[in-house]
Order: sequence, then structure tokens, then C-alpha cells
Amino acid sequence: MSSDAKKVLTGPIVDNNPIALQVLGICSALAVTSSMANALVMTLAVVFVTAFSNLFISIIRNHIPSSVRIIVQMAIIASLVIVVDQVLKAFSYQLSKELAVFVGLIITNCIVMGRAEAFAMKEKPGVSFLDGIGNGLGYGAILMTVAFFRELLGFGTLFGMEILPLVQNGGWYQANGLLVLPFSSFFVIGLIIWALRQWKPEQVEKD
Amino acid sequence: MSSNKETFGKTVGFVLAVCVVCALLVSFSAVQLKPLQQANKLLDQQTKILEASGLLEKAGKDVVKTYNEYVVAKMINLDSGEFVEGDVITFDERRNSRDKALSIKPENDLAGINRRSNTAVVYLVKNEAGVIDTVVLPIVGSGLWDLMYGYVGLEADLNTVKSVIYSDHKETPGLGAEVLNPNWKALWPGKKIYNDAGEVKAKLVKGGAKANDIHGVDALSGATLTSDGVTRTLQFWFGEEGYKPFIAKYRAEGVK
Repeated sequence: MSSDAKKVLTGPIVDNNPIALQVLGICSALAVTSSMANALVMTLAVVFVTAFSNLFISIIRNHIPSSVRIIVQMAIIASLVIVVDQVLKAFSYQLSKELAVFVGLIITNCIVMGRAEAFAMKEKPGVSFLDGIGNGLGYGAILMTVAFFRELLGFGTLFGMEILPLVQNGGWYQANGLLVLPFSSFFVIGLIIWALRQWKPEQVEKD
Repeated sequence: MSSNKETFGKTVGFVLAVCVVCALLVSFSAVQLKPLQQANKLLDQQTKILEASGLLEKAGKDVVKTYNEYVVAKMINLDSGEFVEGDVITFDERRNSRDKALSIKPENDLAGINRRSNTAVVYLVKNEAGVIDTVVLPIVGSGLWDLMYGYVGLEADLNTVKSVIYSDHKETPGLGAEVLNPNWKALWPGKKIYNDAGEVKAKLVKGGAKANDIHGVDALSGATLTSDGVTRTLQFWFGEEGYKPFIAKYRAEGVK
């Protein structure tokens, strides 16, 4: 793999993370991070949608009339999201029930639109596809980290497996009720952004 | 980009072409995956009914086989309490309760459901000897955020609770969603729905039910509105506009 392609693929995970640096896609990061299983499925769904929407949009980028380009992008993204939703319902009914509306809301995830408009409209299909995967993974990395803390401290479990036995189940750990609620992700994401910018000071915006 | 080749005709043609391709993709996946989705949905429902009747552990992975062996689904008319003919497989309470011809507006809408289907499907569960020893009744009522769907499993006396199982809800994780906590579900067996006078007494008790309370179960801590919702759902569904006519008739006549 050439170094350019590698950069496109791995750059969004740390150096140019869509959530931590660009602060996109926060809404779904709040909603689906109460358990790691949900976050993982959501990550896979978003990786799939960003990768393929980037690919298809890039293939037809020279033919899309610029006056209707957003609508064309939306049509493609929406179709992919419906396919993902249908596949989830067919193969993982329990998870699709828990994720419910949030799979459909991938359509409105700014990362997908953002990459389509900012990258796929200009670049070749192959590299656009990698960019889609990279950004999906960047989104997923934050999602999984947030879900790790929320599930561990909020429910005492990871992927549904008991790690810290809860008081109400006869253990010693008093679950943190705050982390169970969606808005607690704001704190976790804030802390992640802070940690990331301590590590990589070039990400700090200039005043 | 492509400003050089933009004409009205081309733009419309392009958009139409994209739409046709997208529509084909979506409809192809929807049609192809439909049988799997329906099988999943049915399996999910059957799993919950087996759980409500206490057969899930015995069933293990053989949910469908166990269900077919022990469970008989029958349609009833809620107002008269009588068994009626009907297709129990395609029955959809949610669809019926949106249809004015198939549902009524309850006079005393404790459960906050707005409209109630005229018919319901009840599940009669046989034991090894082939005698019906459990009846599973579907319930629905408002929680904090949205309607909560579930099942109540009753012993053959149609008064003693075997289980309260929620299958579909949107309550807050960790608070209202604790209706799915096995420890909370374990509080239900043995509780009585009605008192001797036939009034619905089953309820969730804030601060914890007393040890000798045969009707009360601990409320969910931190989830007062969900707990109240569960109490009112039970009051509604076991009242006159719920299963009471059916229960009275069933006790008197059994299954015909």
C-alpha cells in the first residue's frame, strides 16, 4: 500500500479524527454508546455507509450536476442506510431493535455527507473508498472508547459480560447512573479530545 | 466540477437515473431479506412467550419446536371475552389499534394507549401431560418515553402471576429499562393480580413492597414514571376493558 493510501486510511483515526478534531457526528455518538455491542454494530454500519457512499459518489463525480449534487449524494447515502437497516433486521434482530432509529439516522450523520462533499467529489474512487473506511474507523474508535467507559462504569459490564459485579446483583460495585444517560458522552468525548490534544498539540485550534 | 455540461434535461435525466438505481438496490434488498426478517420477528415473539411461560430454559435452542409443541395461540374478543376465529399468525395489535373499525377508544384509558384493538391473541401453554397450566396475555401501556409491550404469564387460576416479561420498550437504560433485570422479574412469580373481591390489586410499590404483600412488587428505583406506567398497564389490562371478561369466561367454561 502506498504511503498516501495509508495516510488516507489511518489519518482519520488519530490525526484527523472526525469526532475529536472536526467535531462531527456527535449526536449518534451520544445515543448509541451505552453498550459496546451497540457501538460496534453502529461502527460497522457507518464504515460500510461512508465507504460505499464515497465509492459510488466518486465514480459518478464527473457526471453529477453541481446544482443537485447534495440531493444526489443524499439519495445514494439514504439507499445504503436502508440496505444496512434491512440487513441488520435480517441477521441481527436483537441489535437492530436496540439501535432502532439510530441506524436510520446515519443518513443525517455529518461525517458521511462531509466526506462525500469534501473528498469523494474530488478524488478517485479507490482512494475515496479508503477515505470512507478511514473516517468510519475514526468515528468508531471514539465510539468504542466512549462505550467502553460508559458500559464499564454505568453497567459494570463489557459486551454484556460482567466485569464489576453490581450491588443490585449482590456484588460490590455501585453503578454510576450518570454514565448510563446519553448526555454523559459529552463528558467522555470532552475528556478524550483533551487527552488527544495534550498528546498532539498541533490539533489545538489557534484563537 | 461539471458546470460545463449542465443542461436542464441532463440534470433531470441524471437524477432520475440515480433514483432508479437506488430504488432497485433498496427494493432488491428489502424483498430478498423479507423472509429472514419475518422469521426473526416470529422467533423473537416465540422466545418471549416461552420465557413468559417459564419454558425457555427447557427449550434451549429449540425455540420453534418447543413453542409448536406446547403453545396454542387463540384469538379472543376482548369485550365479550369469547374465543373467536382469526389468523393468529398475521395478527398485529399495533396495526389494529390504528384502525378505527378494529379498535375502540377505552373509556378509562389507564394504560395511555389511546385506542385498544377489539381482539387479542392469548397463548395457552400446556404442560407435559397436555393440560393447560399457563396462560400468557400480551399487554401494552405507556412508560416514560413510549409504549411498552410485554407479556404476563398467569397460572391456570388466571390470578397467580408466573412472569411479567417486557419485549419492546424505549425506557431509560439503567433506570426504566431495569424492567428487563432478571432480579426484578424474579419478584413476580406468586403475586396475585386480583383480591378476593375481584379488584385489580397488582402494583409496583415505591420504596419496596412488604414481604407479606401478595399483590405488590418493588418499584424500579429511579424510574417512578416507568413504575407507575407498569402499574397502570396492569390495572387496565386486567380490568373491564382488558382481559377481565375473558378471564371470567375462561374460569367458568375453560377452552372450547
